[in-house]
Amino acid sequence: MHQSNTHSPEVTFHHEPAPAGAFMKKVLRTTVILSVITLIELALGFVIYFMHKNPDHSTALILFIKGVIVILSLAKAFYIVGVFMHLGDEVRNLIMTIVVPLLLFVWFIAAFLWDGNAWKNLRNTDAGHRPYPEKQIVAPKDAKKPGIE
Amino acid sequence: MATAATADTKWWGGGRSPFNVEYGKLMMWYFLMSDAFTFGAFLISYGTIRFSQNYWPDPNHVFNAFPFAGHANLPLAFVSLMTFILIISSVTMVLAVHAGHHMDKKAVIKWMAWTIVGGIAFLGCQAWEWTHLITGHHPVLIDGVVSEIGTTVSRNPWGPEVPGMMHDGMAVSKTGPVAFGGYFFGITGFHGFHVLSGVVINIIMLIMTINGVFDRKGHYQMIEKAGLYWHFVDLVWVFVFLCFYLL
Repeated sequence: MHQSNTHSPEVTFHHEPAPAGAFMKKVLRTTVILSVITLIELALGFVIYFMHKNPDHSTALILFIKGVIVILSLAKAFYIVGVFMHLGDEVRNLIMTIVVPLLLFVWFIAAFLWDGNAWKNLRNTDAGHRPYPEKQIVAPKDAKKPGIE
Repeated sequence: MATAATADTKWWGGGRSPFNVEYGKLMMWYFLMSDAFTFGAFLISYGTIRFSQNYWPDPNHVFNAFPFAGHANLPLAFVSLMTFILIISSVTMVLAVHAGHHMDKKAVIKWMAWTIVGGIAFLGCQAWEWTHLITGHHPVLIDGVVSEIGTTVSRNPWGPEVPGMMHDGMAVSKTGPVAFGGYFFGITGFHGFHVLSGVVINIIMLIMTINGVFDRKGHYQMIEKAGLYWHFVDLVWVFVFLCFYLL
């Protein structure tokens, strides 16, 4: 048992501190993974940069490359949280109370970007600029009810 | 063994914490989760406004400068440097936490000091980036007159180019969406403030380590909590880097 085990009543069992060799290997591996992913992201960023120089570039292809960059960023987030912050070593209960609420982001991102796009579509109509339509006066169908003059 | 204990322990049977972490560390995790929602809200708001515009400045065009490189066109170069500085300072923080587990005071001091150096280097880079953006003036056609303006929260010179119009050898553009500067300075500023407070926390931890506070306590758990915060700052930068520079 490690000497710091007695200080906290909330902790039922402790992780044995990793042996220095295995630990350094893991940290080094994660550092290399994060750096390589960043370099790939930069390379893709330059691909987009040079594609933009061509006036008839493919918008769909650029969107695809951007999607790849987003997925690579999520991979980086996974490694930072899982390895550097050791969330992967915690008990499942703790992992779930952190990760499950973050799923709200899936809906937030979809809903708000959709709304932004709808806003753009509205911006490109004459909505907001055209004169307010005259109020149409519709004659009531049964204006002449018996008893009312 | 840790794995066997996880499987056999009745976590919800009462009498023990179902999360198996010290209270302060658990609260740090929940604080970071709430902070993730704050940053997420900012970035999603930025995305919404960007999606609502017909024109948005190209980051490769706006952020193409490097200190002491003059007017050389170097897109993505400076921000990659900043990204690597933050990744490396995250690694030195991991090493400080690890040294703390082994009660190795000297190593904790060494790695905390390097982490602080990384944080300060990042802040210096950001200060340069902001200064360059605010003071770098570009010719813009406003009400039929060419004026030279920098990027602030209320002015944006990065609009679409006016075809064929030049001013002192530079292409003249229209004004761009004002929200660009507001979101850039707002979100990178909020992140930079996190880095600054992280550096301050790390300096306090370093002083406490030097004074032997954690040796007397018998554990280096405070370093672990400061480490969580510091890694979170790196994590947020992954997404700020993504949203402002790559996409």
